Amino acid sequence: MTYKLEDIEIRLLLEALFVRYHYDFRRYAAASIKRRLRLARENLGFETYSALQAALLHDPAVLPRLLGYLTVQVSEMFRDPSYFLAIREQVIPHLRTYPSLRVWVAGCSEGEELYSLVILFREEGLEDRTLFYATDINHEALVKAESGIYSLDRLQLFTENHRKSGGKSSLSDYYSAAYGRASFDKSLRERVVFADHSLVTDAVFAEMHFISCRNVMIYFDRDLQDRTIGLFKDSLARKGFLGLGAKENLRFSKYSSAFLDFAHEDRIYQRRAE
Amino acid sequence: MTAPAAVVIGASAGALEALSVILPALPVGFALPVFVVVHLPHNRKSILAEIFRAKCKLQVHEAQDKEIISGGSIYFAPPDYHLLVETNYCLALSSDEPVRYSRPSIDVLFESAADAYGAALIAIVLTGANPDGADGLRKIGEAGGTAIVQDPAEAFAPEMPGAAWQACPAARPLPLAGIAAFLLGV
Repeated sequence: MTYKLEDIEIRLLLEALFVRYHYDFRRYAAASIKRRLRLARENLGFETYSALQAALLHDPAVLPRLLGYLTVQVSEMFRDPSYFLAIREQVIPHLRTYPSLRVWVAGCSEGEELYSLVILFREEGLEDRTLFYATDINHEALVKAESGIYSLDRLQLFTENHRKSGGKSSLSDYYSAAYGRASFDKSLRERVVFADHSLVTDAVFAEMHFISCRNVMIYFDRDLQDRTIGLFKDSLARKGFLGLGAKENLRFSKYSSAFLDFAHEDRIYQRRAE
Repeated sequence: MTAPAAVVIGASAGALEALSVILPALPVGFALPVFVVVHLPHNRKSILAEIFRAKCKLQVHEAQDKEIISGGSIYFAPPDYHLLVETNYCLALSSDEPVRYSRPSIDVLFESAADAYGAALIAIVLTGANPDGADGLRKIGEAGGTAIVQDPAEAFAPEMPGAAWQACPAARPLPLAGIAAFLLGV
């Protein structure tokens, strides 16, 4: 088989990124990663992937700029409101029976989903007994998540989503608006641990009752998806819950038998008790 | 000429009527997979696959992530996700940001398909009121693929096929009936 020159360069670039900086994108789904790398190469002003690779190896300042293209995901608060409604109506009654809870937002990016869950748990009276872990491989995204500041023009959509998700309060109770920005209340972060964590290379770090990981695994190839689902299986308490993105499922995973299809339409799975 | 191995179609305003001329015309035994991006309002379940399942002789699916591509099937991009073709002939979805305000984006499908199929790709840009698909069609043309646009004079909304034709001057403008006839001949 002959490879296109560009594909050889991309493979070497991803290898360089791993060996030099331990960020492993080698088992990401190829078409998306290629598209993101092309945007990075063009916007960072490199003629070839080899030139970008040379800069990356010799200048650590290139790393965060490249990671910005490879990892940042634009999300919404309460994206897919029916997912949050299903959590509220179907998952919360189970979680209520535990004296203390741990929730993991894996691949939290800039925090939209994290704040959505914290607000939902506060509305349901469970925030005080819950510890939230928000992890991502992109440190700059985590810093943004921790700041809890979003452009004000996105709040109309967030508010509408929140309402459709069965919100029991007004979203405006949780942020203050100034200079075109909405700044979310720091009390929402009191029960949150922000941490660098890679689903590709890192391990289990605590026992969880609920894991939300949406539109992250969609970027992984089959093998890496399986590793990640195995990691979630090992992280979940028995009868703990796993929420995935609207177009993700466990059907093809070798771990599918460890989970119950709990809320099929909303892609919420429950770890079996065995 | 390289034997065609796949068809990609992009459509926007007026898509339903235009696709209703082309897709139901494809006969049992049509060997190529057909990937379709239609601009849709997001946050809504798409009924495109259902509508065309009732009208078409071929299998019609809403594309799933990591699904293995099978010939003689029509795949629609789901609302609010980009559809891409992998070089190992799997489908992939992504929730990367919208491109030119669109997710799914015709350009994203076309560029990935150009990469996967090269000269063995047939690409068709139908009616629409925005320039999505123009960049993608240009890349397909550069990779040696067959580029077709709906004749803008006939299109419900001429901007999209017009922009694609301008970006890829080698594209053949055809009326809908001509596009259906062309596909039957491959």
